[in-house]
Amino acid sequence: MPQLTEIRWHARGGQGAKTASLLVAEAAAMEGKYSQGFPDYGPERMGAPMRGFTRISDKPIRVHCAIYEPGMVVVLDDTLLSAVDVAAGTPADDGLIIVNTVGTAADVRRELKLEGRKIFTIDATGIAIDEIGRPIPNTPMLGALMKVSNLLSLDTVMAQIKKKFSHGFRPEILEGNIRAIQRAYEEVVGE
Amino acid sequence: MRVARRLILTGNDATAEAMRQIDPDVVTCFPITPQTELMHKFAEHVADGDVKTEFVLVESEHSAMSAAVGAAAAGARAMTATSANGLALMWEIVYIAASYRLPIVMPVVNRALSGPINIHCDHSDTMGCRDTGWIQLYSENAQEVYDNILQAVRIAEHPDVLLPVMVTFDGFILSHTAEILEGLEDAEARNWIGNYEAKYSLLNTDDPVTFGPLDLQDYYFEHKRQEIEGMWHAPTVIREIGRAYGELSGRPYDLFEAYRLEDAELAVVALGSTCGTTKVVVDELRDQGTKAGLLKIRSFRPFPEAEIAEALGNAKAIGVLDRSVSFGAPGGPVHKEIKAALYGTGREIGIVNYIYGLGGRDMSMDNIKTAFAGLEKVAREGTPDDNIRFLGLRGEGGV
Repeated sequence: MPQLTEIRWHARGGQGAKTASLLVAEAAAMEGKYSQGFPDYGPERMGAPMRGFTRISDKPIRVHCAIYEPGMVVVLDDTLLSAVDVAAGTPADDGLIIVNTVGTAADVRRELKLEGRKIFTIDATGIAIDEIGRPIPNTPMLGALMKVSNLLSLDTVMAQIKKKFSHGFRPEILEGNIRAIQRAYEEVVGE
Repeated sequence: MRVARRLILTGNDATAEAMRQIDPDVVTCFPITPQTELMHKFAEHVADGDVKTEFVLVESEHSAMSAAVGAAAAGARAMTATSANGLALMWEIVYIAASYRLPIVMPVVNRALSGPINIHCDHSDTMGCRDTGWIQLYSENAQEVYDNILQAVRIAEHPDVLLPVMVTFDGFILSHTAEILEGLEDAEARNWIGNYEAKYSLLNTDDPVTFGPLDLQDYYFEHKRQEIEGMWHAPTVIREIGRAYGELSGRPYDLFEAYRLEDAELAVVALGSTCGTTKVVVDELRDQGTKAGLLKIRSFRPFPEAEIAEALGNAKAIGVLDRSVSFGAPGGPVHKEIKAALYGTGREIGIVNYIYGLGGRDMSMDNIKTAFAGLEKVAREGTPDDNIRFLGLRGEGGV
């Protein structure tokens, strides 16, 4: 793993990108790493494009600014592909882009007119509806990210989810999220 | 060896954690973005019985500070917190709190003042309060937010000082960013904070006192002089407490931090969260052979003028970063202090003021590199005519 990993999250307000960006940071902290997780608030409207950021490092993190050259990008809503330059700043050789879509990596590549990078897709909304009963794609996207990035162990993320959902959530919500993460971990595909 | 209590918290939650450990007698609360989550978290601690605090919900910030003043005058350890327009609304009482010598501690989550309305970070709120008689400590990251709040209580209550303290930190950039910090154990923190016995209390009927009576031409001036003296004592006290906190936590604090500054030819002066980003840029420039350095101001009030002038001693060019403006004045508030500090030292150093980040405009590493790049020419040619520049601004005047 490089010394500093930077992840940018693209979503619409209400899809849980803030929670996801912080949750990965918290899971990294559980593994003894240094991390930051923060949202980029515009107008706090349901449905408006928003971003989240996560940094993970073996050393203390001193920067406090947005992420301009992310090694990894997670897109929680494929309608953003035509609205926001989600690939901006990603390295052409090994940049990683994961999209929540029913389409394929080739579809995403065509849509973004993008060469290089590694592109992965997962129907996280479908999984969320099946397993959690609500179209909130953030937790399955965590499963997909852990599979393709090798950033943290899936067990750590699961443990952090359990910690987070132990307070004020019904047990079936937690169980649904755990199943959704596991399924996305297994079903994510790409090129 | 001391085992660290490792936490990952947002700046707001780190503040609430420090407040939980302080367990103030009274906390007054009115919500405002981006401070709201801080008080959400503290309200949870109240509801869960983690603290014994009398938690007073009020109908405005003016009342929040008024209630804190009343509590502190009654001898309680009192806190509140706010941001931007909330601070503006309580301004009248902010000044009064310092004038009554009440050791209130107030986290201020920096946010741009309206208008136009904006919820994001700049320092226009606290810089507008720089002459209210409050001590102001600025924080670089969540760790410093937590540490500053624990130190602020001791600084404010120190008998040589007896002045309220604002601990400021950047809205969203710190308040809503989760990051790693080390916390003290509860027992350590309680022991550090200690018990508070107010020197004067409205409730002590054996020694009746009055706060805030009419004070006209006869004594107002003398009382202000005493208040000024409290502020004059503050630098020594802030240093002593910063050293003691270092012995306890392994993290010593001073009035400012000199980062790779000793032999720096190009120096940037800043405060708040951008200092961390600047340190990374300084390291990069050093690797490329540029003698760059940073002076990070922690205590803006009191402003340690002579020490800062000395620390900037070897610089050939100084770039002062201001995240607020002082309309009609020659540059931002930090810029003016630095220029005043260097006056009379007999050194001709080129100084440029970079106004940046108003209304939350991101301060990227590229922006900071631009600032340093501009200083190369200033080092050769001295202070230029265009010595007030707008970093990251589109259009005229922007660099």
